[in-house]
Amino acid sequence: MKQGISTLLVTVSLTATAAMAEEVRVYNWSDYIDEELLAKFEEETGLDLIYDVFDSNEVLETKMLAGGSGYDVVVPSGTFLQRQIMAGAFQKLDAEKLPNLENMWDVIEKRTAQYDPDNAYSINYMWGTTGIGANVGKVQEVLGEDAPLDSLALVFDPANMEKLAECGVYFLDAPAEMIPAALKYIGEDPDSHDPDVIAKTEEVFMAIRPYISKFNSSEYINALANGDICVAVGWSGDILQARDRAVEADNGVEIVYNAAKEGAQMWFDQMAIPADAPNPEGAHVFLNFIMDAQNMAAASNYVYYANGNKASQEFLVEDVIGDTAIYPDEATLDNLFTTTPYDAKVQRVVTRLWTKIKSGT
Amino acid sequence: MNPRKALLILVPYLWLLALFLVPFLIVLKISLSDVALSIPPYTPTLDLSAGWAGFRDFLSELDFENYVFLSEDSLYWKSYLSSLKIALISTFLTLLVGYPVAYGMANAPDEWRPTLMMLVILPFWTSFLIRVYAWMGILSNEGFLNQFLLWTGLISEPLTILNTNTAVYIGIVYTYLPFMILPIYATLEKLDASLLEAAEDLGCTRAGAFWLVTLPLSRPGMIAGCFLVFIPALGEFVIPSLLGGSDTLMIGKVLWEEFFSNRDWPVASAVAVVLLAILIVPIILFQRQQQRQQEAEQ
Repeated sequence: MKQGISTLLVTVSLTATAAMAEEVRVYNWSDYIDEELLAKFEEETGLDLIYDVFDSNEVLETKMLAGGSGYDVVVPSGTFLQRQIMAGAFQKLDAEKLPNLENMWDVIEKRTAQYDPDNAYSINYMWGTTGIGANVGKVQEVLGEDAPLDSLALVFDPANMEKLAECGVYFLDAPAEMIPAALKYIGEDPDSHDPDVIAKTEEVFMAIRPYISKFNSSEYINALANGDICVAVGWSGDILQARDRAVEADNGVEIVYNAAKEGAQMWFDQMAIPADAPNPEGAHVFLNFIMDAQNMAAASNYVYYANGNKASQEFLVEDVIGDTAIYPDEATLDNLFTTTPYDAKVQRVVTRLWTKIKSGT
Repeated sequence: MNPRKALLILVPYLWLLALFLVPFLIVLKISLSDVALSIPPYTPTLDLSAGWAGFRDFLSELDFENYVFLSEDSLYWKSYLSSLKIALISTFLTLLVGYPVAYGMANAPDEWRPTLMMLVILPFWTSFLIRVYAWMGILSNEGFLNQFLLWTGLISEPLTILNTNTAVYIGIVYTYLPFMILPIYATLEKLDASLLEAAEDLGCTRAGAFWLVTLPLSRPGMIAGCFLVFIPALGEFVIPSLLGGSDTLMIGKVLWEEFFSNRDWPVASAVAVVLLAILIVPIILFQRQQQRQQEAEQ
């Protein structure tokens, strides 16, 4: 669920050597790949790559469900993938055309099988967690030295939030991430689909609503890095990007990322081939290219997200493989939870609750 | 009616049929369907191969359930009302800002007019999205506006404008201003200057002449401008989602949520049909009244 800074749909069309070359059309999240890889793909395979980007699962899903998207490879996240498989939006992968499948990491495959049984329709591209990014200096100034930087209590306890409101708190505008976190905080099953249980989170959010400056899923990268806000609930790689931007700017802002110790949500972005892909053959070539250990490592080294490719790990730089915020240790990994898609009725309850939390109506 | 005349009338009617009526019927049809997990995400779909029986089955599955649903949840009418309010206020503000600009342009020396016209149209050469983004930079707490006001000493604390309804008004007025200026300018430019001279000869003051002659004669331009601003402002999505706060309630945002978050095309279509009804009924009534007035004048 990588969210770019830009909400524009940017089309990066790479120049082709031959105008008549066969085309592969890929639709991926924005700021989610090392662009040198795209040029390398064209060079190695002689295929013409059209690479478009999006920044929300909802936009991708609407294209998939409308049909005739014209893309050969798309990258939905776990629960979205599962629902789209049920709707018949994807075709099964042909393992014979994907020799690099042997590079994949069983630890991740086991978890993604929850969305895509036997991983028949998709391969993992990147995965990460949803957690808390904090400006250490400011938070400690407001809450004291022992501020619970790694706990959901930091953002869900009204006593903490009242003080943090002074320096600014952003929440993700993504109910599928925030409601499970709130459920975890009150000790309920984060993956509950029971409308009565979900409704319990209203109270949790209403108590802290006055102290939340904004619900947004991309602006927190800059806001954290500039020191405009002191806490954001967001996606791991985004907060790490904020950390790096602050270091580059040398503005005295120190950002840390923590997956909450009570348990944090784990998500997976999966590459799949639409049922009506114009060039499924080329799509397989692309997937196999991405699963190459060195290519996948190059992508992760560039975007600071973990991948589901075991063989790539020896090519990862220490900054990535050695960072427990990206590749969590065993204990943290056990503490991560995943969610399953809501059906239409429950989805409506969730969206409605979220609108109520945000707008008070 | 001779064939040539019929052909002339046929063209606009065909246009209306292809670009308005057919899409509307498709949306209306979806609004009567039920949501489903499939491609496309609603049911039933019309099976033409089954012939007449298939069509009858298809019709029997349609119902008004989604409209009933809209009436049951206060969110929808509150959003409609809030959108109406925002659209009305911003249309009024746009008129207030746009009229003097158009008046100034119409009274400028002839050789300036093409340049002034160019200046009004020039912003269109930049993407609409980028211009709205620019306002985020101007209105934010650390933005140009606040820095300027702090510098002048008018305020001591930065004003919170971004992510409020005020920012939405500013965004709408800025974006739609040319749509107000151009039609008003067009009517003012054609205004017969001898009418004003006559008014002054007959003892009217300049202000009086403006009030009694210019303003009523420029009414068609003002009305056209107001419609051009009001209609898109009512369904506006980009401006409230970029400049507005989480609590800015507008029907465009609700429509987006229905379509993308809930994946409920039928309810989204029902919201769209109601929006259209809200727009089209007053426009038709207004047109009728205008026509009657014209007939009465003749």
